[in-house]
Amino acid sequence: MSSSRFIITVIGIDKVGIVAGITQVMALYNVNIVDITQTIMDDLFTMIMLAQIKEENFDLASFQQAMSGTGSELGVEVKVQHEDVFRFMHRI
Amino acid sequence: MLIHPEEILETIKMVSNENLDIRTVTMGINLRGCSHPDIDTFNNNIYNRIMYYAEDLVKTTNDIQNLYGIPIINKRISVTPIAIVAESCEATDLTSVAQTLDRAAEDVGIDFIGGFSALVQKGMTPGDLKLINSIPRALASTKKVCSSVNVATTKAGINMDAVAMMGRIIKETAELTKADSGIGCAKLVVFANAPDDNPFMAGAFHGIGEPDCVINVGVSGPGVVNSAVRALKDPTLGDISECIKKTAFKITRMGEMVGKEVARRLHAQFGVLDLSLAPTPAVGDSVAAILEAMGLESCGTHGTTAALALLNDAVKKGGAMASSSVGGLSGAFIPVSEDEGMIRAVQRGSLTLDKLEAMTSVCSVGLDMIAIPGDTPSSTISAIIADEMAIGMINKKTTAVRLIPAPGTKVGDMIEFGGLLGSAPVMPVHKFSSEIFISRGGRIPAPIQSLTN
Repeated sequence: MSSSRFIITVIGIDKVGIVAGITQVMALYNVNIVDITQTIMDDLFTMIMLAQIKEENFDLASFQQAMSGTGSELGVEVKVQHEDVFRFMHRI
Repeated sequence: MLIHPEEILETIKMVSNENLDIRTVTMGINLRGCSHPDIDTFNNNIYNRIMYYAEDLVKTTNDIQNLYGIPIINKRISVTPIAIVAESCEATDLTSVAQTLDRAAEDVGIDFIGGFSALVQKGMTPGDLKLINSIPRALASTKKVCSSVNVATTKAGINMDAVAMMGRIIKETAELTKADSGIGCAKLVVFANAPDDNPFMAGAFHGIGEPDCVINVGVSGPGVVNSAVRALKDPTLGDISECIKKTAFKITRMGEMVGKEVARRLHAQFGVLDLSLAPTPAVGDSVAAILEAMGLESCGTHGTTAALALLNDAVKKGGAMASSSVGGLSGAFIPVSEDEGMIRAVQRGSLTLDKLEAMTSVCSVGLDMIAIPGDTPSSTISAIIADEMAIGMINKKTTAVRLIPAPGTKVGDMIEFGGLLGSAPVMPVHKFSSEIFISRGGRIPAPIQSLTN
């Protein structure tokens, strides 16, 4: 594992408050947004964030749980994955 | 952003819609230091050694699954072929060794443990004989133990005494597990040219020449390849091969990353990445579906062997480019009961045992998870094994046989195994006898390696 950067994807039906709700959880866990892109793809709200975790002993499982919990309240699917999985698959 | 959003969504789609997964993280453990004449001490040694190395295997793989968001379906262990380790053991029945493996597997929380195995391609030692004779009881009295016997290699030829014996052992295993449709046979493989580092069950064992503890990873993804091929518009076969190669490349890269991280965290050596298209009963996660996506009306019809050859080769090429650690079986699996498309092909009459045998000459393994009538004579089972071993021996490749002569069943019945093992339609075998041929015994000599026409 080469960094502590994570890709967060939020996909679902667009509605008011998705960005607010999701970023609130991130702030609570002290997770910083490095880059963010948001678009509507095939009528689906799609937000992708590159996030950085600074803490040494970060509780990833609990953060993932909080994010998907808030996601299901908002009717969207949230995934938090280490960036390496995308880097290895798509870059040589 | 370093990674393009479309690439991120492509990866996510592979996992959520197309069943991409790490099929197995398999820890290979050397048991050679466990030998002891007293069976109880021997069993204790085995148990302690497995617990020592594998205690954190499940927790570590779960952590990594969460970190990367890629499902890791099975955690498994392979051990040194028990016949070798048990050679000096005074007991004649090795069933309790299988039970020890089962207990260790249960206690570390893994799904399967492989290595109740013997390598007898040229002849049998007393240890091999003890092990093979113990297989039916071992598989009937355990849940997670898998067994394999290598009866042929290209360098040694085919041990036909062992082939004859395995026909009887398979029948006996089916009989002892008849309450569960002969499920014991789903955990028993007969091999030619068995690889030492295969992470997939039921044929995994920790070969001679392997390190003390090693992590081998099996990646799958027939669903991903199926979707990629189906998305092509009027492709030539060259386009299809190119598309499969690229897809295999991506899947392999991901698998290697996961495998290396698991090995690093467990202080084990990273062994091989085995990219094998292993189907699951889920719709679309099917090797038959890929062959049909290439333009065949139904898997098993004329052209199937050619299509499978293209698929298997493209998977290997993509994998070999993506990782320097490709090993194990690497290619396409065609287990009938585990592949929804294969089951359908059998039911509609397009896929037969003979065609499956032809397919095994170009794919990565062999006649896999095929149910045959319960009253099939053991000599016929041996003859099916002999044919398959000959294909492996002559073509310098791994072939295997995993047949289930489910007691009390007849052609057309369906046998339910559940889970990844799926359900198998009982397929017909030839009625003509192979009895005399099989009873001759001896050895089919190793083949000539030149004059290759």
